[in-house]
Amino acid sequence: MNYEANIGLEVHVQLKTKSKIFCGCPTIFGAPPNTHVCPVCLGYPGAMPAMNAAAVRLTVLSGLMLGCRINPYSKMDRKNYYYPDMPKNYQISQYDQPLCLGGGLEITRPDGSKKMIRLTRIHIEEDVGKNMHFASSSGIDFNRAGTPLMEIVTEPDMANADEALAFLEGLKEILRYGGISACNLEEGNLRCDVNSSVRPAGQAALGTKTELKNMNTFKGVHGALLHELARQIAEVQQGRRIRQETRRWDDAAGITLAMRSKEEAHDYRYFPEPDLLPIVLSQAQIDDWAKTLPELPEQRRARMIRDYGIPEYDAGVLAADRAVADYFEATAKHGKSAKAASNWIMTTVLAKLAGQHLTIGEVQITPAQLAGLINLVEAKTINMPTAKEVFELMFAQGGDAAEIVKARGLAQVSDAGAIEKLVDDAIAANPKVVADFKGGKEASLKFLVGQVMKLSQGKANPGLVNDLLRRKLA
Amino acid sequence: MTTPEHSASAKIDVRYVAHLARMHLSDDEVARLQPQLEQIVGYVRQLNELDVAGLEPTAHAIPAQNVFRADEIRPGLDHAVAMANAPQAREGQFIVPKIIE
Ligand SMILES: [Zn+2]
Repeated sequence: MNYEANIGLEVHVQLKTKSKIFCGCPTIFGAPPNTHVCPVCLGYPGAMPAMNAAAVRLTVLSGLMLGCRINPYSKMDRKNYYYPDMPKNYQISQYDQPLCLGGGLEITRPDGSKKMIRLTRIHIEEDVGKNMHFASSSGIDFNRAGTPLMEIVTEPDMANADEALAFLEGLKEILRYGGISACNLEEGNLRCDVNSSVRPAGQAALGTKTELKNMNTFKGVHGALLHELARQIAEVQQGRRIRQETRRWDDAAGITLAMRSKEEAHDYRYFPEPDLLPIVLSQAQIDDWAKTLPELPEQRRARMIRDYGIPEYDAGVLAADRAVADYFEATAKHGKSAKAASNWIMTTVLAKLAGQHLTIGEVQITPAQLAGLINLVEAKTINMPTAKEVFELMFAQGGDAAEIVKARGLAQVSDAGAIEKLVDDAIAANPKVVADFKGGKEASLKFLVGQVMKLSQGKANPGLVNDLLRRKLA
Repeated sequence: MTTPEHSASAKIDVRYVAHLARMHLSDDEVARLQPQLEQIVGYVRQLNELDVAGLEPTAHAIPAQNVFRADEIRPGLDHAVAMANAPQAREGQFIVPKIIE
């Protein structure tokens, strides 16, 4: 029998704000424990929360980018439960009136086809503290408590691990474009709960789902789903029932494990947060914010193909990151060839950055300087191997390509007279190779070109060398 | 996500409510609190007699909305002050009984 899977995600995204959601403590990552805390985020009785306007705006912008309906009336609620990392014993969240409803994100499957993944809702809430385990006790750091989060809930529309991964990658791309979140996975900016179930192909009702909690890498989500769906199918095939439970992904072992099952279902006793007033958004306000939205990745890819005449593949690579796309466009505008700019950025710049764990924002070479280097190659002032050498120098210390070429005497020698002399020298020094070539051994010419290049210290124009050799040996 | 409970029954499960609040009650306390709680809830339940058809539900009694603060950093508590009430601390953290997940 064939089985179908249904996967739904609840993605928690840290919003890019300077201060926490209900107090003025900073949201900077990595500070010593309990140094970014105050009476509000430590949950002191009587401390009053005050809503951070930026958290509301960023969530509404996300909703607009993801095609959601923005709720004109929205409110905050208390979700009551006990856990040591939450000092108030309730989390301020949104229950029945979230900021955004509906919407969706179109994903590209590995085979290139498209699929719409529907969203249920997006709401805002506060993050909790972080706990650390000692041998016989646990320690709590409340620096993270009160960090603004947006929870994006999807419909169970994803059919396999690849689609879930494509959704997360597409979401991350959009949120980074919009400046909504840094989406830094290492810093826990994006965490998700994964709900999945299986059912025999054609069955209308969904199967019983399990939940994988608090996954913080995309690779982890993908690996956990591959395993979990296979486990569920095996269970059903052997005639066993799937238990509705929370499971944990053990990355090292590559398996999912049932967590201590709860004796009773959660009873959060939601009720409206009395300390925070409702959020009422006018269409004029929403329209105003919408004007600040950047071009989305999909639109940008299409425009870059149209405006610069670069292939779809190039546009896909470059537009995946807004900063890279900006860098490309600036380079292409300064340079003579957009395709050459694309090649340089995709192969040389991005590879170099990846190798040194840097981002495009940290690169020393400005787009104008890179365009200068590309233009020297296009004008045949330097050849490609020299250009790579100049690039390395520029990457290490910045600087203008033309000046480096001049200072180091790297300009390509295209003076036929000067090269002719070197060609004659190479012919005189290698009679056996010359004889081989004349005898029909085509590969011998390459050797002679190499000899001339060596004599010119790499500065000869290889095309010209080739022409001269052929003419002299004809 | 669970739905909020709108139980029509007058009977209150005192033990369950106490469990949600992480309170340990003796049998005597349960017996004493049961009628008291039912009396309190019964008093509030008189509101059910009002005809509210045609009234918009509201989360707040006052007609105010959109109270926001600007996204600005403000000084919080010094670390030593924040930890002053901690019964136990270690490496700058509040120490609690070991959390078992
Ligand atoms: Zn605070």
